[in-house]
Amino acid sequence: MGFPHKSHPKETVVLSQYFGDADARTLKGWTKRGGYEALAQALKMDPVAVTDVVKESGLRGRGGAGFPTGLKWSFMPKEKKRPHYLCVNADESEPGTFKDREIMRWTPHALLEGTAIAAHAIRAEVAYIYIRGEFTEPWTIMERALAEANAAGVFGTIKIHLHRGAGAYICGEETALMNSIEGKRGNPRIKPPFPAAAGLFGLPTTINNVETLAAVPHIIKRGAAWYKGMCLSNPKSTGTKLFSVCGHVQRPGNYEVTMGFPLKDLLYDMCGGPPAGRTLKACIPGGSSVPILTREETEQTLLDYEGCVAAGSMLGSGGVIVFDDSADMVYQIMRLARFYAHESCAQCTQCREGTAWTTKIMERILAGQGKTTDLDLLLDLSENMTGKTICVLSDSCAAPIVSGIKKFRGEFEAYLAGKRQPVMVG
Amino acid sequence: MTVQEDYQPVFSGTVMEELQTVLGRYPTKQAALLPTLWIAQREHGWISDRIMAEVAEVLGLTPAYVKGVVTFYTMYHQHPVGKNFVQVCTTSPCNICGAEDVLKALLAQTGAGDAGATSPDGKWTIVEVECLGACGFATPILVNDDFVENVTPDKVADIVKKYR
Ligand SMILES: Cc1cc2nc3c(=O)[nH]c(=O)nc-3n(C[C@H](O)[C@H](O)[C@H](O)COP(=O)(O)O)c2cc1C
Ligand code: SF4
Ligand code: FES
Repeated sequence: MGFPHKSHPKETVVLSQYFGDADARTLKGWTKRGGYEALAQALKMDPVAVTDVVKESGLRGRGGAGFPTGLKWSFMPKEKKRPHYLCVNADESEPGTFKDREIMRWTPHALLEGTAIAAHAIRAEVAYIYIRGEFTEPWTIMERALAEANAAGVFGTIKIHLHRGAGAYICGEETALMNSIEGKRGNPRIKPPFPAAAGLFGLPTTINNVETLAAVPHIIKRGAAWYKGMCLSNPKSTGTKLFSVCGHVQRPGNYEVTMGFPLKDLLYDMCGGPPAGRTLKACIPGGSSVPILTREETEQTLLDYEGCVAAGSMLGSGGVIVFDDSADMVYQIMRLARFYAHESCAQCTQCREGTAWTTKIMERILAGQGKTTDLDLLLDLSENMTGKTICVLSDSCAAPIVSGIKKFRGEFEAYLAGKRQPVMVG
Repeated sequence: MTVQEDYQPVFSGTVMEELQTVLGRYPTKQAALLPTLWIAQREHGWISDRIMAEVAEVLGLTPAYVKGVVTFYTMYHQHPVGKNFVQVCTTSPCNICGAEDVLKALLAQTGAGDAGATSPDGKWTIVEVECLGACGFATPILVNDDFVENVTPDKVADIVKKYR
C-alpha cells in the first residue's frame, strides 16, 4: 500500500493488514486481533512439528537469499547439548528496501510472536533482534512492545533482547551480524562452519529476516496448505511478499502481493507508473544488489524467485527501484558502486580494491575524462569481484555495473565520446 | 585537530545501573560493547579517547580493542558534533528523487557550509549518509534521533527553524 495506508484491491493483505493502525501496536490491541494465539498453539507443539509446518508451507527467507526457512531450522542440532541462539535480522540497509521498518513500526508484536515461535522451533532460549542504529522510531516501538509482552509473561522461558547496530550495511550479512552482537567489528566470517554448527558465541544459531518471521504466526494459525495455496506462478515460491517500491513512481510504498504477481501491474496499476510525462527506463527488482532490468524485461517479469531469475535478475529483498527516462544511469550506477565502496569491510582484496576502483573509473567517465578502454576495464574488474570473496557484497557491487554496461552501454559511450555534458562528482 | 574536552566519568550512579541491566542480556562482557558505547555517546555527546578508555575499563577490554570497534561503525562520533546532527540519505533511490538538492539546502540554510563540517555557531553538523532504509519516503533525514520523511528543499526552512 502507498501512503496514507490504504491497500490496493490487487494486494493480498496478510502481513500488512494492520499497517497504519496504531492500536495494533499495543499488546491489548494485538491480542484483540487474534495475536499471540499462534504462539500459544506452537508452544504446545513439539519443535519438530512446528518446523515441519513451516517446511510444508514453502516459506523462503525474505532477507535476500530465499533459503527455505523450515529446512534452515532443521539444520539445528537434533540433540541439544549446548545453548542455541536465534538472531533476527532487522538491519535493513539494502538500498531500495524499507519493508522491515514498516513491519516493526506498525506490527511489532507480529515480529515478536514470530521470533518466539522460531525460538521454540529451534530450541533457543535467547533471541537477539538486531535493529540498525538509524531505526530510532522502530526501536522505540519494538522496545515498548517487548516490555509490554514481557510484563504479561507472553514468551514463557524464551528471552528476547533488542540489540542496536551502529551504522554498517555489512552487519546485515549473517555472520557479520553475529560478530557485531559479540561486540566485535562487523566482519563477515569464512564459512563453513555455518551458523547452525557454530554461530553466535560459537554456538548453534539460526538467523532469519524480520519479514520471514512475521509470516510464521500466520502459517501456524492458518496452516501450511493455506500458505502454499498463495502462489500465482512457480510452486517453489509461495505466500505473500512485501515489495518496497521507490524512485520514479507516483505512489511509492510497501505493496503486499502473492508470489508470482506481474511486476508491470505492481508498477503501473498500484504505484501509478512514473510521474506524468515520463516513461519507465529501468528497474532493479530486488534491492541494489541485483542486476538492472530494461523496460521490456521489467514489463515481463513475474515477481517470485524463479520469475526474477528468468528475467535476468533476482528477487533479493524485494526492494524495487524504478528509474524513468530522466535518470542518468551512469551517474546512478556510480552512486551504487560508491555505496558498496563505502560499505566494504575491506577484508578481501578483490572487494576492497574492486569497489573503490570501479567507483573511481565511473567518476572519471562522468567527468568526461574516461578512456575508451574503461568499459572493458570495468567489466574485467567486475568479473574479478564475483564469486571470489568471503561474502557476496563484492558480487553485489558488480551486478549493477555489469548489467548496466550491458543494457545502457549507449549512455556510457555518450560520456566517453564527449557527447554529454560532463558531471563533476563531489 | 585538538579538541577541548570537558571530561567527566560517565559510568557511575544511575548510568552504572543501566550498564548492569545491559550486561545481564549477554553471556560475555565484550558483547555489551555496542550498547555501552551508545550509552557513553548519549551521556558525553561523542566517543573521545578518554571515553574509550573508560568503556574499556568497565568492560575489561583494552582501549585499543575498543578503538578498533568504534572506528568500524559510522554512528559513533569520533569528534564533537553540532547540537543538531543531521544525516541526509543521498543513495541512488533518494538521489533520483532530489536528495542532493535537499543536502545543498540544508548546508546553506544552517550555515554548516560543507558536509561533515559544523556551523560556526556550533548548532549544526550535516552529513551525507548511505540508504536510511526509508527509500519510499524520499528524501528521509535523521535530525539527532528524529526521523523526518519526504523532505524537499522547500521544507528545509521549517526544519531549521524547529531545531534551532
Ligand atoms: C552484504 C549483505 C547484507 C545483507 N543485509 C541484510 C539485511 O539488511 N537484512 C536481512 O534480513 N538480510 C540481509 N542479508 C542476508 C543475510 O545474510 C541472511 O541471508 C538473512 O538474514 C537470512 O534470513 P532469511 O533466511 O530469513 O532471509 C545480507 C547479506 C549480505 C551478503
Ligand atoms: S566481500 Fe567485501 S564486505 Fe564481504 S567480507 Fe570481503 S571485503 Fe568484506
Ligand atoms: S536510498 Fe535513501 S533511504 Fe534508501
